[in-house]
Amino acid sequence: MGTMFARGLKRKSAEDGEDVEGGLAGAQAMPSYSLQRQSLLDMSLVKLQLCHMLVEPNLCRSVLIANTVRQIQEEMAQDGTWRVVAPQAAGRAPLDRLVSTDILCRSVREQEGERPGPDAGDGHTPDLVPGLATVPSAQALRSPQSSLWEVDSSRENRGGFQKSLDQIFETLENKTSGSVEELFADVDSPYYDLDAVLTGMVGSTQSGHGSGLQAFSSATAPPPSSSCRSDLGELDHAVEILVET
Amino acid sequence: MLLSLPALHLQTSEYHPLFQLPHGRLGPWCSPTGSPAPLSCETGCGEGSWILVCRLLVPTQVSLLSMEEDIDTRKINNSFLRDHSYATEADIISTVEFNHTGELLATGDKGGRVVIFQREQESKNQVHRRGEYNVYSTFQSHEPEFDYLKSLEIEEKINKIRWLPQQNAAYFLLSTNDKTVKLWKVSERDKRPEGYNLKDEEGRLRDPATITTLRVPVLRPMDLMVEATPRRVFANAHTYHINSISVNSDYETYMSADDLRINLWNFEITNQSFNIVDIKPANMEELTEVITAAEFHPHHCNSFVYSSSKGTIRLCDMRASALCDRHSKFFEEPEDPSNRSFFSEIISSISDVKFSHSGRYIMTRDYLTVKVWDLNMENRPIETYQVHDYLRSKLCSLYENDCIFDKFECVWNGSDSVIMTGSYNNFFRMFDRNTKRDVTLEASRENSKPRAILKPRKVCVGGKRRKDEISVDSLDFSKKILHTAWHPSENIIAVAATNNLYIFQDKVN
Repeated sequence: MGTMFARGLKRKSAEDGEDVEGGLAGAQAMPSYSLQRQSLLDMSLVKLQLCHMLVEPNLCRSVLIANTVRQIQEEMAQDGTWRVVAPQAAGRAPLDRLVSTDILCRSVREQEGERPGPDAGDGHTPDLVPGLATVPSAQALRSPQSSLWEVDSSRENRGGFQKSLDQIFETLENKTSGSVEELFADVDSPYYDLDAVLTGMVGSTQSGHGSGLQAFSSATAPPPSSSCRSDLGELDHAVEILVET
Repeated sequence: MLLSLPALHLQTSEYHPLFQLPHGRLGPWCSPTGSPAPLSCETGCGEGSWILVCRLLVPTQVSLLSMEEDIDTRKINNSFLRDHSYATEADIISTVEFNHTGELLATGDKGGRVVIFQREQESKNQVHRRGEYNVYSTFQSHEPEFDYLKSLEIEEKINKIRWLPQQNAAYFLLSTNDKTVKLWKVSERDKRPEGYNLKDEEGRLRDPATITTLRVPVLRPMDLMVEATPRRVFANAHTYHINSISVNSDYETYMSADDLRINLWNFEITNQSFNIVDIKPANMEELTEVITAAEFHPHHCNSFVYSSSKGTIRLCDMRASALCDRHSKFFEEPEDPSNRSFFSEIISSISDVKFSHSGRYIMTRDYLTVKVWDLNMENRPIETYQVHDYLRSKLCSLYENDCIFDKFECVWNGSDSVIMTGSYNNFFRMFDRNTKRDVTLEASRENSKPRAILKPRKVCVGGKRRKDEISVDSLDFSKKILHTAWHPSENIIAVAATNNLYIFQDKVN
């Protein structure tokens, strides 16, 4: 894959003699490459969050970042390193349906703005949508800005969003050991308490930057079982810095 | 107030006989006699022959001064301006453009201002001042706006300026921010009428009872005043951010391109525009590619090109259909599998596309290279120049600090033999297409001494660093040269470095 990462990026030790840059690496070199790839993925997701600014964000930049994220996810899916939440219901999107660009950047408020009335069926679902949207960490930074992509929000997109949300769950790392339904458990409460969040459940609605970010950082707090997620803590740390500044 | 620093007077170059006339230079915008301006001899792209003509600075604390300002105030401001750390973000130059004769040079900045410089005229007294550019006009083109519907600010930053060819005594230019294009008329007034019947000299109405005679107002000379007036405002046609405008060779229409659409305008009509390209997908979730730049063919008013974030260029013919979603030609270079990385797509995104003056070639700039394409060959460029390939191993860091998304522009010289583009650390690069030589120069205060020839710079990639070289890790990535311009017929270049505008000239012995 070539030297795609800067020197200075931490690598796993004990790789003497291993040519980690030489394309297909052996099993021992894989964690290093995976680590870098994961780090790039996390960095990209953070970047997509930060595009909710006062001025309309740069669409070209967002598209390029989203394409990079998609590319990483595709590769991880092929590698089989992409951990998937066990589907609890039938009809979940297949493994290779990846996060759509739109979802990665759509702001939470805009989703709430699009929240339909009762026509979404389950009354909880609209509440659910924005709340769970914070989970994939692209939505953590709440802002009153409209969607990154969409200027004219349409009902189709809402439906599409719902569908894409399923995809998000599948592509998410397994943050909890529990089922996906546990994530839905707390939807009623407008505020989540820290304990509930730390156990991996995400509350429904948020009301501002701080809570959104907390949802994000807390959601990443549970210890991941996969070695691929070992640098979540770094991301968490980065987000905390963002919150405090 | 932008001043040319008087300490930097330099010998101007001699004019050599006409070396090469680029195709199509003869046009209505030439000098009134119809003869093209003589080209200074092509000495190649450097070999140390570029000299600084002047450096122009944009201060903030100093209010904009008129042309009539007295010398004392200028001197005070001059010393004040030496330290350009006072510059604020609003002064950052965001676009630079020569007009078709090269007599005028326009800059736009992040604060929505347009400043036009005029070339110093030749005079017997101060022959050495020829080649300097001084402030001609300054005006506020765009103001910050707020989009209430989306709760977003609309930046007043001038994204592009394009001149119209001159057809009368006034100058016309288009300037655009993210959403609105404006047509400005810049005209001189050096006479004013005096001797009105109904008004007195101050403009107050005279009591009709006191008027006993009639007189004809006469025009009397006055101090030169340059005024800029907005003649047209082309608004509300772009949902996304405008990245390019391009005047058509028919001088009646122009196009404006945003991330997903390109619109065609008639200069006379501001409440309508034709949409000629629309790449917005029905489902925005499927969006993977945006338009990054667009330009009309310099001679064929039906053709234009637009570039994309995936590194492709499409040539479209407006005669084929009203909506040019289907291209006539599609330029794309096959990917080099050995260089493949997660950043491949990002660095292939084209930040600028420019037709050659001849109309035969197009030049594209992506993050690491400049490419020249022949319009007749779509499958690969005919020339590729490495701008700063030493950054290839730094892409992750550059992605992290967002530098990888910097949009560098590129320009042709008047004869299409040399191309120029910017880099980091206030470096800019020139490539001579004929000799295949290239040079790296720096636009900075420290390295710009009067009368001295610009020293070529070199970046040391690894190993031993020689005395004058700079190592990759020492490069200042906050000092980026995104905007440059080349005089249409002479070897004079304008380089924008943050809030500084450098004008260099080729010194020919």
